[in-house]
Amino acid sequence: MAGSLPYEAPLIEMRKKIEELVQFGQEKGIDFTEEIARLEERYHRLEEEIYTSITPAQKMHLARHQQRPTALDLIQLIFTDFTELHGDRMFGDDLAVVGGLAKLNGQTVTVLGQQRGKDTKDNIARFFGSAHPEGFRKGLRLMKQADKFGRPIITFVDTKGAYPGNTAEERGQSEAIARNLLEMAKLSVPVIVVVIGEGGSGGALAMAVGNRVLMLEHAIYSAISPNGAASILWKDASKADQAAEAMKITAKDLLEMEVIEEIIPEPRGGAHQDYDTAATAISEALVRHLDEMKGWSAEQLKQDRYEKFRKIGSVTFEAPASAVEPTKEREPAGEVEANSEAESVQVEASEQPLEAEPVKNLSGNAE
Amino acid sequence: MFKDIFQKKRKYATIPSERAIPGERQEAVERPKREIPEGLMNKCSKCGTIQYSKELEKNLKVCPACGYHMRLNAMERIAMVLDEEGFVEHDADMVSVDPLGFPGYSSKLEQQRLKSGLKEAVITGEGTIEGLPVVVAVMSFDFFTGSMGSVVGEKITRAVEHAIEKKLPLIIFSTSGGARMQESILSLMQMAKTSAALARLDEQGGLYISVITDPTTGGVSASFASLGDIIIAEPGAVFGFAGRIVIEQTIRQKLPDDFQTAEFNLQHGQLDMVVHRKELRATLGKLLDMHSEKGGV
Repeated sequence: MAGSLPYEAPLIEMRKKIEELVQFGQEKGIDFTEEIARLEERYHRLEEEIYTSITPAQKMHLARHQQRPTALDLIQLIFTDFTELHGDRMFGDDLAVVGGLAKLNGQTVTVLGQQRGKDTKDNIARFFGSAHPEGFRKGLRLMKQADKFGRPIITFVDTKGAYPGNTAEERGQSEAIARNLLEMAKLSVPVIVVVIGEGGSGGALAMAVGNRVLMLEHAIYSAISPNGAASILWKDASKADQAAEAMKITAKDLLEMEVIEEIIPEPRGGAHQDYDTAATAISEALVRHLDEMKGWSAEQLKQDRYEKFRKIGSVTFEAPASAVEPTKEREPAGEVEANSEAESVQVEASEQPLEAEPVKNLSGNAE
Repeated sequence: MFKDIFQKKRKYATIPSERAIPGERQEAVERPKREIPEGLMNKCSKCGTIQYSKELEKNLKVCPACGYHMRLNAMERIAMVLDEEGFVEHDADMVSVDPLGFPGYSSKLEQQRLKSGLKEAVITGEGTIEGLPVVVAVMSFDFFTGSMGSVVGEKITRAVEHAIEKKLPLIIFSTSGGARMQESILSLMQMAKTSAALARLDEQGGLYISVITDPTTGGVSASFASLGDIIIAEPGAVFGFAGRIVIEQTIRQKLPDDFQTAEFNLQHGQLDMVVHRKELRATLGKLLDMHSEKGGV
């Protein structure tokens, strides 16, 4: 199994044993058919066991798998007539972002992707999929073009994050990301986002303000890479696995938090095992979601997108100041007490639907 | 047994201090340190000049020797920029929860409240500057390095929506280390939420002035802080997306001292102006006045 992941080791071992047995049987002319069948069955059971219990940390490695299909791989498989368009018309052509026109099920769409390299040379040319401002601005230019011609936008998110370099800063990395967030909110066409690998931080979000945000089963999406979080929180980047567990980065977690709308299933073992199956599943989801939004007015699409993001976040309201006084006077030494206090806040929060409060107050503001 | 008696390890009494809060190393280094006697004198963290705190207050916490603009918390900023009367705070009781059950987050929130005396990293409300009504949001680096979680995102969004409803101009004073990673994806989504609200204000024709104070980085710089119709920074304020250390590791080069400062950003076209703290109130007043012909919107 090429490019196997550490948790797949037992499978590889067993596969080797089966092959050895087959070979041994052939050499010695002994019939092992029954034994082999039994082993194959055990192999499938083990496979089922391993692949249905992939941990968040394992998903992080899976999402970054070198052979995982990139945006361009999927674009070629999902769409027809892909016509790549280049440049931001201001500075250059950032190859970490690809985009252009394509047909999905006969309909012309604008498609964008964050593009990792397929090998070292390609990775260097594409800055490992980490965009500079010109990449985000190229994306925005193509999105505005789609808006003008009234065609849907589909973006594939796959980046560790925006490029952290001095050149990017000088050209306004912050502004480029922020501008995309603002302008994407204004788009009057359907926007569907698919997180296909790693959705890292603001660099991912800059192309992910969609009416629908979908994630591949083993993709991850977070505010900061688990490696970054580990080095800040515990001053130890090697604790990335631990951070991955704590940060709730999997598609399942995000669906539960209502940050995404749908999880697109991957072929057994991950999308890298079978590109075609992965592409078919994505294609089916894209067509279905586009169908659902068919006939929506520009206002409806904008309102829908606004509400999607407006409701995200969980906050609570504290009792008036007098009731809080004792908390402030508490000695810092009361670590245990501090925790129990915090827990009571959490309970308070979960009693009311987390999203209901802001929405309710939003309409309150709108008097 | 005897080993315990003759144990060399000494036991010390520990005195809690501002600087001893775990996980706050970065801030402790950067914060202006108070020297003894507590509160009377103040030492500039940039040039080391020691001066009377009262003098420093009078000078709006700008070091008279080197011009360093020390960090202000939200209350100090409001007192300095807004008219004395009439500030009404909004959503004062909104506080964070621990939505992911992130290890240590609840107790850290508690620590931050004790340390800063604030409930969250932003205060929002409505007031006037030189008599002109304005909606403001003021961030504090003091609380959790000004990081943006659900509460910061929600309060900022409500402030924007309030400005839209009341057709008032909006000023946001930013300072932040970025997204609050203890709320992971939820904090990231606050960038989209606040920016979407600003898109509505923009479409309505509302004025938004973004004031960058030291430091403004990460998820805040890459969302609302960079979206002002006019962007003003205080002298020397660090304003950028990625941290200096991360960039130095990426490019394997030492960066110039002024990298990501307000002056650097002005030079690279990322700001409209760099305004000294003494001039800030007057500048904002003038800008509000110039946009008041249409009633702010």
